[in-house]
Amino acid sequence: MAECHPVGFQWVMEAKARGARVIHVDPRFTRTSALADIHVPLRAGTDIAFLGGIVNHVLEHDKFFREYVVAYTNAPVILGEEFRDTEDLDGVFAGFDAGRRTYDNGAWQYEGMEVQAASGQREQEYRARTGGGESVARSGHGEAHGSGGAALGPGEPARDDTLTHPRCVLQVLRRHFARYTPEAVEQICGVPRDLFRTVCELLTDNSGRDRTTAFAYAVGWTQHTVGVQYIRTAAILQSLLGNIGRPGGGILALRGHASIQGSTDIPTLFNLLPGYLPMPHAHKQQSLDTYVGAEAARKGYWGNMGACLISLLKAYWGEAATAENDYCFDYLPRLTGSHSSYETVMAQLDGVCKGYFLMGENPAVGSAGARMQRLGMANLDWLVVRDFSLIESATWWRDGPEIRTGEMRTESIGTEVFFLPAAAHTEKDGSFTNTQRMLQWHHRAVEPPGDARSDLWFMYHLGRRIRQKLAGSADEMDRPVLDLTWDYPTHGPLAEPDAEAVLAEINGHAADGAPLASYQQLKDDGSTSCGCWIYCGVYADGVNQAARRKPGAEQSWVAPEWGWAWPANRRILYNRASADPQGRPWSERKALVWWDADRQRWTGHDVPDFSPAKAPDHVPPEGATADEALSGTDAFIMQADGRAWLYVPTGLVDGPLPAHYEPQDSPFPNLLYGRQRNPVRQLPAPHPDNSYHPSGDEPGSGVFPYVLTTYRLTEHHTAGGMSRWQPYLYELQPELFCEVSPELAAERGLAHRGWATVVTARGVIEARVLVTDRIAPLRVHGRTLHQIGLPYHWGPNGHSRGDAANELLHLSLDPNTHIQEAKALTCDIRPGRRPRGPGARQLVRDYRERAGITRSTGRGG
Amino acid sequence: MGARTWISSWPVYRQLTGDDPLGRGRAARSRDTERLRARTATADRVVKSVCPYCAVGCGQDVYVQDGKVTQIEGDRDSPVSRGRLCPKGSASLQLTTGPAREHRVRYRRPYGTDWEDLDLDTAMDMIADRVIAARREGWQWEQQGLRTRRTLRFASLGGATLDNEENYLIKKLFTALGAVQIENQARI
Repeated sequence: MAECHPVGFQWVMEAKARGARVIHVDPRFTRTSALADIHVPLRAGTDIAFLGGIVNHVLEHDKFFREYVVAYTNAPVILGEEFRDTEDLDGVFAGFDAGRRTYDNGAWQYEGMEVQAASGQREQEYRARTGGGESVARSGHGEAHGSGGAALGPGEPARDDTLTHPRCVLQVLRRHFARYTPEAVEQICGVPRDLFRTVCELLTDNSGRDRTTAFAYAVGWTQHTVGVQYIRTAAILQSLLGNIGRPGGGILALRGHASIQGSTDIPTLFNLLPGYLPMPHAHKQQSLDTYVGAEAARKGYWGNMGACLISLLKAYWGEAATAENDYCFDYLPRLTGSHSSYETVMAQLDGVCKGYFLMGENPAVGSAGARMQRLGMANLDWLVVRDFSLIESATWWRDGPEIRTGEMRTESIGTEVFFLPAAAHTEKDGSFTNTQRMLQWHHRAVEPPGDARSDLWFMYHLGRRIRQKLAGSADEMDRPVLDLTWDYPTHGPLAEPDAEAVLAEINGHAADGAPLASYQQLKDDGSTSCGCWIYCGVYADGVNQAARRKPGAEQSWVAPEWGWAWPANRRILYNRASADPQGRPWSERKALVWWDADRQRWTGHDVPDFSPAKAPDHVPPEGATADEALSGTDAFIMQADGRAWLYVPTGLVDGPLPAHYEPQDSPFPNLLYGRQRNPVRQLPAPHPDNSYHPSGDEPGSGVFPYVLTTYRLTEHHTAGGMSRWQPYLYELQPELFCEVSPELAAERGLAHRGWATVVTARGVIEARVLVTDRIAPLRVHGRTLHQIGLPYHWGPNGHSRGDAANELLHLSLDPNTHIQEAKALTCDIRPGRRPRGPGARQLVRDYRERAGITRSTGRGG
Repeated sequence: MGARTWISSWPVYRQLTGDDPLGRGRAARSRDTERLRARTATADRVVKSVCPYCAVGCGQDVYVQDGKVTQIEGDRDSPVSRGRLCPKGSASLQLTTGPAREHRVRYRRPYGTDWEDLDLDTAMDMIADRVIAARREGWQWEQQGLRTRRTLRFASLGGATLDNEENYLIKKLFTALGAVQIENQARI
């Protein structure tokens, strides 16, 4: 955090100055470790074992926050009799279909109730509620949903508030995590028992009524074949310790880009519509009603999904969207499985996808399997690149690695390339959503130079031109784009669209055109319009709330008048849990929101994340639905049962509980289960440039004996498109290097400041050698393990140059998120520079041969 | 210049007589230095902004003089950053005004060996034509008997320093055009 979010880290130091203890868990000793009280080096790719060990400690020693856990989590809920754990099935859960490599979550349910997940793979439930459906099973990734009409089953889940029923979630958890002992943690993670015990005790001592513990993570947790389950393990731990919804608690995703949070809220993602509404999947007899029926939760705020979706359709299609035509629901294109960026590369290689827009993205060096990204682009008819400088994704056809090795000739590449210069943040109005869900407006200071334009300009004018060219078309396929509301006012010499007008559309308006103030005003009768329901209120009263800048020093510590956080300007989600079931703060020290009995309202420092007048003792009337079905203690209002989920009955495709599986490529066998890897991880069709390594005891695994992890530096940004061209940053970090321990340097003959060649079955790169104690060898499975650290900012263009770490990566994906495993793989390292010309590919082929790699290597569970 | 002024302009004299005996502060300052004014002091206006790098969202003050950005500093009012910027944020003046930025459209025709110039208006027109053609060539009303109403013929991948408003228009337009392969750094 000190390296990648340095200015945010000042608050960690503020906390430390006030007595907080800082624990840093990372394979490398970094600037964060230097400022922490304890640094815990561990083997990359073993965090579930580490966190699972802490969960086991909490349960074994009864250190959980009982009152919080009973009232606010699903610990008391009793599971159906058909559930079987990894304990019973040696590493898989009930419902595993080995042939399709998928789970059917029918056997994961609560006794007496079927629930719907608030996020993630809601559509997974589709099959159960519609009596079957081929698409879900076929796609295998839970991307399918919705044409059935069955409502969620009625009834309340069975519960045992004494937490003693053998099938209650807490007891299931106890049995599941019992094998995550300190000894197992030591063997798997390489964390000594004493150090591990210290961490456990610090965490449990610092959680309860008076104290809270926060977890901060970044893509070191998400970029794994079990990434979601990493975060789930932290969620279990934080829920058990009572650290969610309270000040100083939580699990904080430190996101790495100015508006990466915004990019998921208002998604440019294949499977989502704005506000986390799922994109519809192709089904028979799909209609708006059946979609909402299959998607919406009976209880909890998701019960209002219909109003959110219809308001979005009104924002998109305006007058054309009517009750008679299902508000143009049929205009939405349908999914038939996963269409993520990696499937898109496969579609390019297959010749299905022939045109590609890259807007501020540099996959030629910035995406895993960089070579496949370039091969895909070489198979396109046309490519549009919008960026500041001539990044590698714009120039691969003349100077990419495949041109240098002689595999491709520029004259033989048919891809037409348009490079359009982009405007900088100082040259356009707009909002970024930061890692705290807070929107902040940046104002245009000057006009962009030359042909540079904002992406707002590009999209608006591209759409305007396309609509002009299609005007008068009677073709039904053109109706959605012709009926689209696309009339934004423009201003200035460049005819820049008014970004605030777009923000106003996102915020939404009532039938009379007045801006909405809250998502609670949304209606499912077509009278309201809203481009992203969770952002509703950002333009309340016609005022750009994201542009508010009341100085922090003139506000409370919550600083509610700086920017605007979704939803409803709440700064801490689920903050009802900051008060006890009776509505009183757990302690004065940790007060955030509370029930004011005199005024019969929730009040406090933050905006309460709860119906403002719902008393703590409120019991919902029989038959109530959506948020009206929530009781006065159902603090987790987006959840279908109003509770934090220690156990996930639905919503994840790879299990209701986290289980430690080894990474796709690992030097070690799985010590805990008979399954080596996540059995339902997503594997693209076999491709030689995406070969996997033998792992553990498999023959050939010794060819790639070291663990490699990738990371960022303070002085560069992601794949370098915004940093490798800056002289200041070039001076600070001029070229690619790798970090190795003195022991590994001696073992492989690597010289400090000399060159090293790093090889995987996917590619080969060279890097300067940094021999350092910062990356210490670990004792794992009773032997010494060396790890190699590799920052991934580089490519051949710009001032600061180097090979791209992404040449080494494979595509083996988390099945929930389709995110690649960039943070834990295996490799070999040797002294000297990599071969030039055809020799580079030959070296990779030699390694594949030596390791005995075939199409089926690494594809087993 | 009088003798007294002349003498007092000597750093060594100021060092011996003033409050800077080690000659590391005011005593060593030249007249040129005295005349220097920070760009931030002479700017015509200060525009409120946000750092475009990571997701902490540090406040930035953008200083503008004669229609050009002359300096970018941390915004002390921000409760997020309290005026601080990291090395990248501090280098954002180079990012926005440096010579590495391309100012013109570049075009590479199929099988071409070099960039060519292309007018922005023409480029926009050509891109619009290609999108329309891609939809016509690769339209899928249905797949295996199920209605899909879409095209897989073109795709989009966006970075995560796009504005919310930009993402909104990307999703809205491409969805209306029937594209589903709309992706973002947020996945990566």
